[in-house]
Amino acid sequence: MRRVLQNRNLMIGGLMALLIFATAAVSYFYTPYDPNRMNLKERFLSPSAAHWLGTDQYGRDILSRVMKGAINSLIVGWVAVGIGLSFGVFLGSLAAYWRGWRDEGIMRLADVFYGFPAVLSAILITSILGPGMVNSMLAIGIFYIPIFARLTRGTSLSIWKRDYVTSARAVGQTNRSIIWSTILPNILSPLIVQATVQFAIAILAEAALSYLGLGTQPPHASWGRMLNEAQTFMEISPWLAIFPGLAIAVAVLGFNLLGDGLRDFLDPRFVRQKT
Amino acid sequence: MLAFLCKRIFILIATLFLVSGVIFLVLRVIPGDPAQIILGIQATPETLQTLRHKLGLDLPLIVQYGNWLGGILRGDFGQSIQYDVPIASLILSRMQVTLPLAVLSIFFAVIFSIPLGVYAATRRNQVGDYGVMLFSQVGLAIPQFWAGILLILFFAVHLQWFAAGGFKSWGESPLLALKSLLLPALSLGLIRAAVLARLTRSCMLETLGEDYIRTARAKGLAERVVVYKHGFRNALIPVITILGLQMGELLAGAIIIENVFHLPGLGRLVFLAIGQRDLPVVQGVGLLIAFIIVVVNFLVDISYGAVDPRIRAGEEGA
Repeated sequence: MRRVLQNRNLMIGGLMALLIFATAAVSYFYTPYDPNRMNLKERFLSPSAAHWLGTDQYGRDILSRVMKGAINSLIVGWVAVGIGLSFGVFLGSLAAYWRGWRDEGIMRLADVFYGFPAVLSAILITSILGPGMVNSMLAIGIFYIPIFARLTRGTSLSIWKRDYVTSARAVGQTNRSIIWSTILPNILSPLIVQATVQFAIAILAEAALSYLGLGTQPPHASWGRMLNEAQTFMEISPWLAIFPGLAIAVAVLGFNLLGDGLRDFLDPRFVRQKT
Repeated sequence: MLAFLCKRIFILIATLFLVSGVIFLVLRVIPGDPAQIILGIQATPETLQTLRHKLGLDLPLIVQYGNWLGGILRGDFGQSIQYDVPIASLILSRMQVTLPLAVLSIFFAVIFSIPLGVYAATRRNQVGDYGVMLFSQVGLAIPQFWAGILLILFFAVHLQWFAAGGFKSWGESPLLALKSLLLPALSLGLIRAAVLARLTRSCMLETLGEDYIRTARAKGLAERVVVYKHGFRNALIPVITILGLQMGELLAGAIIIENVFHLPGLGRLVFLAIGQRDLPVVQGVGLLIAFIIVVVNFLVDISYGAVDPRIRAGEEGA
């Protein structure tokens, strides 16, 4: 517990991530106003006691929309990381177990995708599948597969050579059971750290896609979409362009710090190397 | 070295071949018939068929792919459906925006990040170091397009020093053209600077801990000489490498930033072409971006191999 409290990144990042999760959870049941309800009499109101973050061009409450936007960002993060983790770990484990030409084939294919930035690929995929939140999750998730596949293969290769794996084989454990019970638990730490970092990148990628009109579609609230709409009106209502961006930055910073903190916590050797 | 180079060239060609196939196939599954898009919903089946034949869309996929690839090898990217001009000339004209934008943003990234990284490394665990690390963490968390919007808000809306978007061509006024690229390049460059400052700091820290640095200090060299002549020059190699590898991120960022600032560059061209189902343009620009990324990665790989014989040995032994 003392190690957790002493780890500043873990504490600050954890608290920021918790704030985003809590906001999303609360907004599921409660927002100060209906985030999609238009009220043309209250357009472009400055931040006030009634509307803490002001209102937009349709008179919608920005705080309520920022709160609702947290849900979309978190869902995209979870699903994209989930797709990357499940397929990536599966392929990476197989590559490390098979070795030889099948390993080479999987890894070279991973290299082709790995070289391309997630946002660029996601733009291409969402433009093929059509805009929308589900497609943007798929687009981001697909390009996470090689990242997790490479990490899984790289970390599990050395585990396969350990004595305890040889012992497990000697007592008759099947390869599938060795992967589940021995290999995966031993590579869990780097996977968790990477998943946290990719979660943050997914939030950024979703915001970029929504900004371009390829992600979450109106009238649903999305931080990227809100920034796109804000750009037209920022001369008269600059706060429209500030609060959604701030929400993205807090979420991404939180998960990045959490990732750094977890890496320090789960792999103390790294802390010694770093300092 | 020759075996290492041959292997890398083979991987480069295979990757480009694979990428071209993926781009070609992926764009063939996009819903929407280009012929229908050009002629509109009033078109008769006969005119549609004629246009499909003219565009080569009625040929088998493998023949279409062969024709496309063969054309590219001859420098012919095909004809844009939307603009009705050769794609190569379209790419060349848009490069006049994207290329200077990329160069300027790298310039901003370097002039901010390297001094900050060196400063932080020489003041480890002091206030200045924490400040640089904070800048780096915050920079990593800010979406590029939001950075662009904030810069517009401050410099264009509030101070009115710059236009909020658009581009004056180089022929019209080189100074205004440069001015219209400053804010977009700054938004791209500042975010890159956040990554590079952190990297420069860690590379400098690692280098400053080496034995030859201790020897240089023991010889009584001034701290400035030790840091800049011995430490900085060696720490720069990995930083330049990462800068090269970030080319892909930079091009992806350019697509978004060009949309934020309404710049008529490659990014905006490909983004609009996707919406207009102008497949030849998307294919051509997509392949060009892929080509740039793959070739830069290749150059980084071989320069690393040339500088560090251990990498070569590892590859050749594998």
